[in-house]
Amino acid sequence: MSGKEKSRLYVAVAGQPNCGKSTLFNAVTGSTARVGNYPGISVDRTEGEARLPDGTKMHLVDLPGTYSLTAYSQDEVIARNVILKEKPDVVINLLDATSLERSLYLTLQTMEIGARVVVGLNMMDEVKKRHIQIDSAQLAKLLGVPVIECCARRGIGGRELLEAAQKSAGTRESCPAPLHISYGPDLDPVLESLEKRINEAGFLTDRYPARWLAIKYLEEDEVLLQEGRRAGPLGEELERCVAEVSDMLRKTRNTYPEAVIADYRYGFINGLMRQGVITREDDLRFNHSDKIDALVTHRLIGPLIMCAILYAMFYITFTLGAYPQGWVEDAFGWLGGTVESLLPDGLLRSMIVNGAIDGVGAVMGFTPLILIMFLMLVFLEDLGYMGRVAYMLDRILHTFGLHGASVMPFIISGGLPGGCAVPGVMAARSLRSKRERLATIFTAPFMVCGAKTTAFILLTAAFFPENPTRAMFVIVLLAWGFALITAWLLRHTVIKGPSTPFIMELPPYRLPTLLGVLIHTWDRVWQYIKKAGTVILAASILMWALITFPQLPAEQTAHYETLRRAAQTEATQHLATNAGAEEKVSATLEKRLIEIADAESQATLQHTAAGRIGRFLEPVTRYAGFSWQANIALIGAFTAKEVFVSTMATVYSMGSTVEDEESPALSARLAADPAYTRPAVYSLIVFLLLYAPCLVTVAAIIRETGWNWGLFTLYGSLAYSFAIAVLVYQVSRLFY
Amino acid sequence: MPLISMRKMKVNQKAIVTSVQADGPLGRRIRDMGLIPGTEIQVVGRAPLHDPVALRLRGFTLTLRNSEADFIQCTVEDTP
Repeated sequence: MSGKEKSRLYVAVAGQPNCGKSTLFNAVTGSTARVGNYPGISVDRTEGEARLPDGTKMHLVDLPGTYSLTAYSQDEVIARNVILKEKPDVVINLLDATSLERSLYLTLQTMEIGARVVVGLNMMDEVKKRHIQIDSAQLAKLLGVPVIECCARRGIGGRELLEAAQKSAGTRESCPAPLHISYGPDLDPVLESLEKRINEAGFLTDRYPARWLAIKYLEEDEVLLQEGRRAGPLGEELERCVAEVSDMLRKTRNTYPEAVIADYRYGFINGLMRQGVITREDDLRFNHSDKIDALVTHRLIGPLIMCAILYAMFYITFTLGAYPQGWVEDAFGWLGGTVESLLPDGLLRSMIVNGAIDGVGAVMGFTPLILIMFLMLVFLEDLGYMGRVAYMLDRILHTFGLHGASVMPFIISGGLPGGCAVPGVMAARSLRSKRERLATIFTAPFMVCGAKTTAFILLTAAFFPENPTRAMFVIVLLAWGFALITAWLLRHTVIKGPSTPFIMELPPYRLPTLLGVLIHTWDRVWQYIKKAGTVILAASILMWALITFPQLPAEQTAHYETLRRAAQTEATQHLATNAGAEEKVSATLEKRLIEIADAESQATLQHTAAGRIGRFLEPVTRYAGFSWQANIALIGAFTAKEVFVSTMATVYSMGSTVEDEESPALSARLAADPAYTRPAVYSLIVFLLLYAPCLVTVAAIIRETGWNWGLFTLYGSLAYSFAIAVLVYQVSRLFY
Repeated sequence: MPLISMRKMKVNQKAIVTSVQADGPLGRRIRDMGLIPGTEIQVVGRAPLHDPVALRLRGFTLTLRNSEADFIQCTVEDTP
């Protein structure tokens, strides 16, 4: 579609994971890169523009990083669909030249489709350092496509690649003939006959090259087999043909067609290598990464280093982040104060200041923390360290039906307090298997995200004043424990099934580029800011309305006014009879007035919509020991967990509306409330940890997994957490 | 030249893959990563809990679980 205009070339950038594709993409597209989504699925689609010196415009799309183009993962299907269906003018295939053979495996498959390929050999600096010689001219000659040496992280080769792409698109008007690889005496005749039948029937030939389709039939590619069955009866006939061959191979050679195809592809690559493309001393030579790994993944030292790094991240995020967090909060405080002084007293001012500014301010205060955390996380990820963490932890996570790579979504969601489940749920995309991915997505929101951290800081300060840090630590451990156990339960009930292979590359350690880390971080932080600006703004105003309306009827307000006046009259009379007792009298009066104000605001709150809902639920939540005030805050916190603290503040500060008075801190007020017995506190903490993910997370889950799993996560975790809260409350009551 | 399962290989041991008896997604993934008969490999490490295992082949490092290594038979070259 896009290739039709002559002046604008449509270029897809393909490559295996860790080949430096995003670095190249960022370098050539600069600030024009935009992250979007493939329709209906949650894989990022990054697109950008580039302009060549001669004025040619290029539109580039960054394909998901894949090792192959089979139907092993969603990413692979997407990558090949872009090539097959969007028909880019050129596919730039970037290779990690340090693992040339494996990288060429993808190149061959791209060329088998018949795409116009330009190969970029990245990491050429490392290749030289490892004393490997690659003859790129020879490779170009053998493959029949342009081969450009690059070093994307130093900005070398990007322009040359684009120019080669332009030249390649210009010189050959029609599409090149697909690469033809021989698959040996067993399969070649079969392939030929399949190809012939496909061509004769015109079977799906409008969509796919015939030989490529025949290969996919031999590979038993589920996605295409299904499409074939829908397309016509020939689909099933071809499948029968393949089944015969497959049977024969299994009996005579003890192998599968798919295995033979892979063997011949690698054989083809070995043939290229032997024709002078590469010379090196030793395939298995140790490099600097192996030396680092000997220490970093060492049986005893490795886990220690991992804990130290995770702890350092936690420490830096919270100590360093406290400063900018304070500035942001001050800025919002100033904004609130200014608006308050500009607007007349009334509902509008109350809505803007108490609803919008306070609510959004509380959330925005976390932005610096998230920024710092993601800077470090993205750095470690791009460095290659997170792969090692998955490697070290897979044994444990696998026991619970998860995957080593589940650790990332967990940590981002708040496995280290301060994360956020929204990017956490999105990070679960890197999990290949649906089952492990769903289990991870269900349990990742259990972690102590930045928003829940505020709530737990409040609760631990109130109820465990002797050692709030230790209490916090226990809460984090609880989160991990519940996440793992729940994942295990899910993987043995709702999402039973075999686990996905842990066949992963441990990429060499590579210092990430500053630009790459910044772009990556910014993408994630921006998602959070957008949430603050939209959902949380709306949620804050909604919550404000719920705890403001309906207002107390006039006669009740009048009743409290009468009480106040009566107290004042009494005091005046008292003074008149007992001269000289001013101090005592005014103290008594003040106390009386506070009591009246408390009673009034309690009545006001109970009268509001939130109060009614909270009270309505109290008969049920009583079993878990929640008061109606907590109910209000918990309902509010569903919109965004940050709201728990602000709602508690509203609920309780309404109880002491003596203006400009040194009102006791919220923690102290909570601690003083007799409703919070130890069992009630434990149950509240557990419930807050596990109950429904916030609205934004639910939205993210629905986007990632569809409505069914999204709603199951919402209601499932709500019911699950309530059951556990009741259990905690009832059991711990036996001990207190 | 004893033939053994990859699970039994020790760290630093070198071997040649002789067969991969896995089909479906697991077999596909193993082969896509270049673990096919004839490939020279070396075990470079094991995770702290002994599983997964890290291999070096074709100039890069690959990890897989012991349960996945069970499908791969190797001929050991030499014992260091």
